[in-house]
Amino acid sequence: MTTQNNTAFDKLFQDLTFHIRLNKAFHIWMAILTVSLFACLYAYYIQLSTGLGVTGMRDYVTWGIYISNFVFFVATSLIGMLLSAVLGMIGIKWITPITRIAEIIAVAFAAVAGLVIVSDMGRPDRLANVFICGRFQSPILWDVTVVTVYFLISLLLLYIPMIPDLAICIGKLNNRPGWLKKAYEIISLNWKDSPEQNAIIKKCVRVLLLLVIPTALSIHTVTSWLFAVNSRAGWDSTIFGPYFVSGAFVAGCAAVIILMFFFVKNYKLQDYITEKHFSNMGKLFVLMALIYLYFNINEFLVPGYKLKRADAVHLNDLFAGENAGLFWAIQLGGLIIPIILMLFRKMRKATPLMFIAIAVLVGSWLKRYIIVVPTMEHPFLPMQHVPMNFKTYTPTLIELAITAASFIMVIMIITVLSKLFPVIPIKEVAQEKGLLDENSSN
Amino acid sequence: MMQEDLPKKKDSRRSFLKKFGLVSAGFVAGSAAIFSAFNFEKGKERSGKKTKLLTQDNKLVEVDTLSMEFIEKSPLDTNQEQGREGLKGKKWVMVVDLSKCKNARKCISACQHAHHLQPYQYHMNTLQMQDSEKTAFYNIPKSCQHCDNPPCVSVCPVDATFKRQDGPVLIDNERCIGCRFCMAACPYSARIFQWFEPKDAEADKNLAYNVELNVPQKKGTISKCLFSADRLREDKLPYCVSACPNGVYYFGDENEDAVTNGTTKETARLSELLKNNAGYQLMEELGTKPRVYYLPPKNRTAPFTPSVDEIESSTV
Repeated sequence: MTTQNNTAFDKLFQDLTFHIRLNKAFHIWMAILTVSLFACLYAYYIQLSTGLGVTGMRDYVTWGIYISNFVFFVATSLIGMLLSAVLGMIGIKWITPITRIAEIIAVAFAAVAGLVIVSDMGRPDRLANVFICGRFQSPILWDVTVVTVYFLISLLLLYIPMIPDLAICIGKLNNRPGWLKKAYEIISLNWKDSPEQNAIIKKCVRVLLLLVIPTALSIHTVTSWLFAVNSRAGWDSTIFGPYFVSGAFVAGCAAVIILMFFFVKNYKLQDYITEKHFSNMGKLFVLMALIYLYFNINEFLVPGYKLKRADAVHLNDLFAGENAGLFWAIQLGGLIIPIILMLFRKMRKATPLMFIAIAVLVGSWLKRYIIVVPTMEHPFLPMQHVPMNFKTYTPTLIELAITAASFIMVIMIITVLSKLFPVIPIKEVAQEKGLLDENSSN
Repeated sequence: MMQEDLPKKKDSRRSFLKKFGLVSAGFVAGSAAIFSAFNFEKGKERSGKKTKLLTQDNKLVEVDTLSMEFIEKSPLDTNQEQGREGLKGKKWVMVVDLSKCKNARKCISACQHAHHLQPYQYHMNTLQMQDSEKTAFYNIPKSCQHCDNPPCVSVCPVDATFKRQDGPVLIDNERCIGCRFCMAACPYSARIFQWFEPKDAEADKNLAYNVELNVPQKKGTISKCLFSADRLREDKLPYCVSACPNGVYYFGDENEDAVTNGTTKETARLSELLKNNAGYQLMEELGTKPRVYYLPPKNRTAPFTPSVDEIESSTV
């Protein structure tokens, strides 16, 4: 390695580890998050002691924003698989600096998705029954299995490629607390950057990338089957699997773009995540959104053409009824307008793209609500002799607080991960820039 | 030198393991033999006193009193065991004659009383229905249809809701985790959920749970129509069937091809009743294979009167 390369690598290292510091801002931020989390957890305490009746759900609309939020979380986590595995394995180079961001999102959302589903249970104390008396016929069992597997694989995909980076950090990262160095030493598993170790990591990651593709497809397909296995209008669809998966990539792209933008601005990474990356993500985003739009057209046009009785009630509700405002706002503001905008190069620059991503992410969340709730608001048989609030659904404050808790937890996980570990792969980026040989030691 | 040593060392370890294995296998075999011999001798102990007993398949046997073991089962265990097993040889079936329903709603109150439900919680509800714009309104008592292909049972992750061999679909609220997937799956909206502490929760606190009655009701679990499985065990008609003043309900055993009217106590042949009155099932096109049949609302005994109760304007 030449001296010139050495100084260049030093600069790259300093840039990419600049954000690893537990400064005052971090502590204040975490304190705010912790206090808000406890406020929201108090809402869960009320739900536990009073019963699920504190929510807006009743005997007809039995699933509300907990379930739609769960679907959203599973959906968003899928982006890890698309970026690292699909694009990575076909050798697309520009994704290198953002793969870890995608994996952070995958890990954070998949981890909290499991908790979200517990908040919807009437008897969370009997969670173990799912394992003790689990019935293989139930999609819930498949969901529990694949979400857990996906979380573990994503965690490994975040961790294993990071091992060499941590070893580099041990030697070079100064002015950081001693325990951080100790922690790096433990979790970098005595990494010596030997050719054998590199070969092992390469093989490991390759196997994991292969495994994560079917697992990720499974988690969202199975999640869609929680609905599609029922005969209710609006859920009784054969394309729910691909419809959900394509929608998941849209939500995930939006989440990655927002996090990229935030990291670039706050962690001063503009030399590594450049306008080119935003533009490319924009292109990927628009492609995914177009695929999702295609499934949307199928999902609504085909039953709309036939207008079977129950479907007609459902579609009328979405197109012109109670839920029409929300439905059209989501379809236009969260999908069609963003697609049109992103076709223009100017809109794929960092700042406009970030705003589009926020609109799409909000739309994605509300879209899950529109998939879950309206279907339950018009069952096959009339709703009679029941209290008024049984017939429609409005989430309560407690429900919103518990849902907010899930977002706070995701933000906490992302914050902690991004403050303790390099969010851009140091070694891989250095290698791509020619600052490190393929198998060199630093 | 070292190289010569090595295989030798390995050999001695291998032979040690071999010996150790032999010794321990011998020890296990020996102690098993002693233990079984001891048990055999113990089994020969007799008091000479004999007791006559009836076995489950009605055979009279004599057993030495010393070898009798008393099985102590908690009432809950007994209830759970017999509740899941059901009544052998039966195939319960219900027929609802829509032409006779005057919306007296006595079935509902009897049901709610038996199952400790709030006035707005229904295992059985009567709905006012109209199939299309030009057709007439009619009252339809609607309970769980006790499908032979029950979607709710398919989706239950923990086998809390189950299809019993004699027909009813029951719910075990000792096991239910409250995911409400069964409610989403049921096309008949037959299930209810205990969103709050159930009615009579305090009074029922010490009752042993009866899966055939689903009492005591439990917060955070499902409740539903059970075809009054507890009454069937006592050879009685279901609560709703007996409570009806208008002769709407027939209930009986499909295997015997006989159903009894709950009001008149007349027994009819199931196949003839369905054939002569063009009996049908609710949304049978969904493939759920209901065990509840309906007779069409033809030649009604009373004019249809729309009913709205004060529950509709309340909030719970």
